[in-house]
Amino acid sequence: MVALIVNGTPQTIDMDSDTPLLWAVREKLGLSGTKFGCGAGLCGACTVHVNGQPVRSCSTPLSAAEGLDVTTIEGLAGADGRLHKVQQAWVDHQVPQCGYCQSGQIMSAVALLNDTPDPSDADIDAAMRGNICRCGMYSRIRAAIKSAAKA
Amino acid sequence: MGKQVLDGTPAGKKPRSKAQKWSRRGFITAGVLAGGALVVGVAIRPGHRGPKLAKYVADDGETVLATFVKIAPDNTVTAIVPHVEMGQGVLTALGAMLAEEMDVDWEKLDVIEAPAEKDYASFVAGREFMLGDKKVPGFVQDTINGAFMKLTGAINLQITGGSLSVRYTGAGGMQIAGAAARDLIVEAAAKIWDVPAKSLRTQKSRVYHHASGRSAPYADFAVEAGKHKPSSRPKLKSRKDYNLMGTSLPRRDIPAKVDGTANFGIDAVIPGMKYAAVKAAPVFGASVVNADTITGKAMPGVIDVLNMGSYVAVIADGWWAAQQAIDAMDIKFSKTDSDAVSQADIFAGYDKALDDVAAGGKSKSLHKSGNLKKAFEGASEIFKARYSVPYLAHACMEPMNATAWVRDGKCDVWTGTQNPLGTRAAVAKILDTDLDNVTLHNQFLGGGFGRRAMTDYFVQAVEVAQKSGHPVKLIWSREESTQHDFYRPAVASRFKIGLNEAGLPVAWDHIFTHKMDPVESSLPCYNVGALKAHYVDGPAHVPLGPWRSVDHTQHGFFIESVVDELAAKAGMDGYAYRRKLLAGKPRFLNVLDRAAKLGKWDEKLPAGQAKGIAIMESFGTIVAEVLTVDMSEGTPKVLHVACAADAGMAVNPDGFKAQMESGIIYGLTAALFGKISIGDGAVMQSNFHDYEMIRMDNAPEIDVDIVITDAKLGGAGEPGTPPVTPALTNAIFNATGKRLRSLPVSDFDFTKTG
Repeated sequence: MVALIVNGTPQTIDMDSDTPLLWAVREKLGLSGTKFGCGAGLCGACTVHVNGQPVRSCSTPLSAAEGLDVTTIEGLAGADGRLHKVQQAWVDHQVPQCGYCQSGQIMSAVALLNDTPDPSDADIDAAMRGNICRCGMYSRIRAAIKSAAKA
Repeated sequence: MGKQVLDGTPAGKKPRSKAQKWSRRGFITAGVLAGGALVVGVAIRPGHRGPKLAKYVADDGETVLATFVKIAPDNTVTAIVPHVEMGQGVLTALGAMLAEEMDVDWEKLDVIEAPAEKDYASFVAGREFMLGDKKVPGFVQDTINGAFMKLTGAINLQITGGSLSVRYTGAGGMQIAGAAARDLIVEAAAKIWDVPAKSLRTQKSRVYHHASGRSAPYADFAVEAGKHKPSSRPKLKSRKDYNLMGTSLPRRDIPAKVDGTANFGIDAVIPGMKYAAVKAAPVFGASVVNADTITGKAMPGVIDVLNMGSYVAVIADGWWAAQQAIDAMDIKFSKTDSDAVSQADIFAGYDKALDDVAAGGKSKSLHKSGNLKKAFEGASEIFKARYSVPYLAHACMEPMNATAWVRDGKCDVWTGTQNPLGTRAAVAKILDTDLDNVTLHNQFLGGGFGRRAMTDYFVQAVEVAQKSGHPVKLIWSREESTQHDFYRPAVASRFKIGLNEAGLPVAWDHIFTHKMDPVESSLPCYNVGALKAHYVDGPAHVPLGPWRSVDHTQHGFFIESVVDELAAKAGMDGYAYRRKLLAGKPRFLNVLDRAAKLGKWDEKLPAGQAKGIAIMESFGTIVAEVLTVDMSEGTPKVLHVACAADAGMAVNPDGFKAQMESGIIYGLTAALFGKISIGDGAVMQSNFHDYEMIRMDNAPEIDVDIVITDAKLGGAGEPGTPPVTPALTNAIFNATGKRLRSLPVSDFDFTKTG
């Protein structure tokens, strides 16, 4: 049993505390927006925030998130359902293709802008290089981050 | 898409009648449903019997696709199309093609995927969608019967692939259905208002009569329209009159892909579902000797361990627990003849096969023109070169997975597939049941690229669900997905080219291993004199499959590299030399010129930087790319790719650009890093650390110039890929003098000279 707060709601998860956070979120909480890509922290598809910091949930044991605030893609939009400015920029720039990696991309981008509101290209490279987009939409992701920074 | 509802398959009576005689373009029917909705159905025979489709065609030598369009009494227009959304924007593009010809209000148009092909095929889904009851109206039966009896006959049709959605379903189906529907409505309005049809115009789903100031929604004329016979060849708009086609419309699948609500195959949830992880024999063709069930069953959360013959499945109450067990187990596999095979052995086998041909053995001819022997005799010089490419995996971001539930003689499958009808057929076959007992719930695809045209992953889910008795979500680890793909073949290639005194080719002999599709991929777009392109089968135990742009990937590299070699040999710049070889081919010259201009071919660059150029036609689209590379740090850094593409026009320009960007990154990833190699009979790579991808920090800037001509519509999903590899290696040659005749680029050390 591990207790944590997910998207603002306290949750108690009945899983072995070694289980990666990813599988708790997907299988126990039914939040399937967070994706499984590699299981080894190499692709970023599983990125969520733990206390505001981006982590690869496929390689983060539940125990490491005990008592902490977890935010997933489902928790980004405002209480009124309004998209987060990064999500809106993703729509405006028509970023996703297959879309599978995009929850992770968006979570990494939100964390970047929280820390660095006006990121340089080098900042974007550093923050986003952990997220693979197999459809190759990197130039759109970069453009979307820049316009979200201005929004 | 959307919610996973267990809907089962109503066992409706299947209409069977003799297939109709089809017009060349399509067979169109129309009629009115109870309640006043107008339905127009179009069955399409692609006029171009490309080799890609040849093996799938039905008995009379044609493949048939079908679309249906409905105008409801509330004036909304809905269409169902037999294609799958993989992020290529197919639903948006096809919707625009319908709306254009029909003058439909874009905001009031719905385009939906056919939920499962045979349901759609036997009109169950179509029927429910159109009618809400089980009665098939007579007026659409001909279309349905003809179209879908053919579809069932061509059961393996790879329904979304070959960059064909827009070219065939769009141009052959959606536009024709739209034009036919509009014509019918105008005829009906003319009759009801008693005015000449010519005096009417249509806009945003309404008919207008200017002289009297009258206007009314399409739906008002539906009943009368259903009494008219549709023209088999409705007049289509000319491109200059387009309002929607050629306009960038927002893709309709995007909103669900930014908030986590898009459902992919891996997201399916079924009551009582268990999770399965699998491990297949690392050496292709081996089987399980000892599944080590004792270790597996002792692991926490494990429900069962199953020996499935060629693989082991662990069923657990969570996927991670199942995978942990698989990893802990000591599974023994049988010995095979391939256990010692290395990548070097495979290439040695190719060399032997090619040597045998050189020594007088047989090859299979693909293209032949002119008198090759005579042309070689007249050549002033013979140039020879050997090339090769490695195996490649698809590396879809979403690992292979499927969820299956087998019960009461029926089976439901939730997965993402490029081939919905083939999926149902494969499942019916392994369960030895009728197709009607299999329901497919196709989900968004987390990458397709040809991989999800295969059946292996969902077949496993069905087998495990059947054997275990549980509804099962079966997910492959990334390692499993990398090591059990259907790979782009490793290929060896040899050129023998006769040159005249000006250094231009007069004789071209190209032999290589492996051939999939399309056959034209090995035909150079240049004037090369007498020509022969032929192949031998490359013996190996590795499973092969279509990979984005299929055979064009290797032939783009081979042909565009060797032409670059010839240019250098002739002391000419690659762009100027290509222009010479394209004399009399204005469409190619235009695309090449546009790419050279966009890519600033003549720009002066800092030391260590250079540009490379390449051009290839694939899937009806000509693409030229100019790539700028920086070699000053030793390892290549791709700075910029300029892409000019002539697909006639782009239905959705922003979507077309996105496809070019995507195709370029996909090809460039393979060119820079892509290599699957065989050791001890098995794939040696396993995850993204040793099968690397381009990432944000090494992705180049890309500019796309959409060349608009009056040519037929070409494809978009694949044609961006083939030219980028040779554009890169040609740029590296121009920067370093080093000619790369094998891939990937990461195999080479540029810090040394020579």
